[in-house]
Amino acid sequence: MKEATAQQRPGRFGPYGGRYAAETLMPALLELEEAYAQLRSDPAFVDEFRALLRDFVGRPTPLYAAERLSKTYGGALLLLKREDLCHTGAHKINNALGQALLARKMGKARVIAETGAGQHGVATATACALLGLECAIYMGVEDMRRQALNVDRMRLLGAEVVPVSSGTQTLKDATSEAMRDWSASVTTTHYIIGSVVGPHPFPTIVREFQSVIGTEARAQVLDRFGRLPDAVIACVGGGSNAMGIFAPFVQDSKVRLVGVEAAGRGIATGEHCASLGHGRPGILHGSLSYVLQDKDGQIVATHSISAGLDYPGVGPEHAYLRDTGRAEYVSVTDDDAMDALVLLARMEGLIAALESAHAVAHACNVAREVGEGGLILINLSGRGDKDMETVSRWMAETSALRSGMPSLGSHFRGDRPEDKASE
Amino acid sequence: MSRLTSLLSRANATGRCGLICFLEAGDPSAEATTDLACTVAEAGADIVELGIPFSDPVADGPTIQASAMRALAAHTSVRDVLECARQIRKRSDVGLVAMTYANPIFQYGFGRFGVDAREAGIDGIIVTDLPAEEADDWIGVARQSGLDTVFLVTPTSTPERLQQAARVSTGFLYCVSRMGVTGAQSDLSSDAAQLVGRARAVAQCPVCVGFGISRPEHVGALAGIADGVIVGSALVAAVQCASDQATRLRNASELVRALHTATYRTAGAS
Repeated sequence: MKEATAQQRPGRFGPYGGRYAAETLMPALLELEEAYAQLRSDPAFVDEFRALLRDFVGRPTPLYAAERLSKTYGGALLLLKREDLCHTGAHKINNALGQALLARKMGKARVIAETGAGQHGVATATACALLGLECAIYMGVEDMRRQALNVDRMRLLGAEVVPVSSGTQTLKDATSEAMRDWSASVTTTHYIIGSVVGPHPFPTIVREFQSVIGTEARAQVLDRFGRLPDAVIACVGGGSNAMGIFAPFVQDSKVRLVGVEAAGRGIATGEHCASLGHGRPGILHGSLSYVLQDKDGQIVATHSISAGLDYPGVGPEHAYLRDTGRAEYVSVTDDDAMDALVLLARMEGLIAALESAHAVAHACNVAREVGEGGLILINLSGRGDKDMETVSRWMAETSALRSGMPSLGSHFRGDRPEDKASE
Repeated sequence: MSRLTSLLSRANATGRCGLICFLEAGDPSAEATTDLACTVAEAGADIVELGIPFSDPVADGPTIQASAMRALAAHTSVRDVLECARQIRKRSDVGLVAMTYANPIFQYGFGRFGVDAREAGIDGIIVTDLPAEEADDWIGVARQSGLDTVFLVTPTSTPERLQQAARVSTGFLYCVSRMGVTGAQSDLSSDAAQLVGRARAVAQCPVCVGFGISRPEHVGALAGIADGVIVGSALVAAVQCASDQATRLRNASELVRALHTATYRTAGAS
């Protein structure tokens, strides 16, 4: 069966997904599934969510045609879905608000969440402040260091930030620690998972709350150009911004869906997080999906310069889209993502999150494949303020800074004479 | 009758509850675990639970997490744990239950694991993150190999879920005494006795209780109501604080003897 949206049984995407959770959590997962099934079609709930997305988040977010960048890349016109303009600075707020509303409806007065880059943590802390819910955010100490600004934001919003020093000290262990908290607090607490990962029903709930991105973008492209885009590109860590923009296009079989994973220091070094490209099926954090693991099934340490992509698993629906061929998945290195971030800043005046810069970097290849006259939709999932320290350090270490232009990564190098000329 | 069920029944017939002791296999080495398991059995454990280490043990507290990390640092594989079980079985008739998470045995292959575990002398398996509704394939494999499948019930389990777990559990049914992850605590949860009562009403196999049971007085309080008690983190902690194997063995032996003494159902204990 090749139909990409088919779910053979609830919570399964082909063979992937499921509910591999400790018994302590099972009643809460069943309760959540039932509550969500009722509320997703409850007009009062839907109206409240939509009103908040409009008045609090600032939706719909604009669709911006990046003409200078398109010319530089040479090929199709690049259309940026401006999720960086969402309140709190990334798409994460769409899901955090939806789930915080769910938590309140279920009578849970406390919320917990994991965070990598801190964007989901800030979004959750924001939603909890708005709705008057108690909030604790689990964050790896390595990520607290590289995303210090977001730690301060969460604390200012009244959330407790719990440092996680076990294991890799990044998103994977923050997720494990949040699950441990939840297994002790499940009767009074809702766990707002930040991506399309985890046990059923989380991958479905998060995808549905995030699909507002693709629904808006599809209508915006149709309205402005009278046709659908040729390709849709998004970065993939857990995969929520990608599922959010892909979902409304899955049935449009002519639209290429391209997910961009983090190749870190290069696939050959082993220091990357390209689960779909280089992992194999395994069970992590409650679902069956592609996982980076050793031969014994132990989850391996990953690396990406962007904390939000630094995760060894990926949402189960992406695994299904990969296997059925409906979506293609590629990877982009730290260096190429950083080059794209600098290029976007200088060509368009947009400072993207390091995560989103991975999608922008690969758009260069797709733009040339699609060619002049084509349309490429890119999810600019977040803004880069949080990454300034990482960017500054990278620039200081790169001689290109002195020449005033980015070094331009491997897919530009040597074949763009006008870039050389401007140096 | 399975070895696990008959060992628990034999303990109950002699006026005490069964004693199940957890050790993470490979901490600090597979050889050390083999000796520890045999010592624990001699000191009075009816069943030894052998942890197969996993890199992301989401149901475990800090003590067992750290133990798993040490075992992985020593490169302990599923194959090593099976070898450890084989060596224990050569020296002892103690009941052996492997406890792990889904991914290590999923990667090994459920079918092959069932056959190899039984051949190594393991009597039953607990897979912490494999609830009954995801376990159909696994239960089929285990039945074919003659392995018991032990499922967990918790204070949050609904009556329907209790019945479902009871239906697919063989060897014993594992009652998680309280919410949260594994780990020692000073006071026994008041949920424990109530859950054991609910489980007993539906179980067709012995009912054992674990999580947060660390002291002889905890064992004593449960001896009269449960068919067996499970002690994990307290034993792991007693072993890890020793720097040499002789001290590890002595610490394990002393703790298990004290726990074993408390398993006798004296008048008024329940």
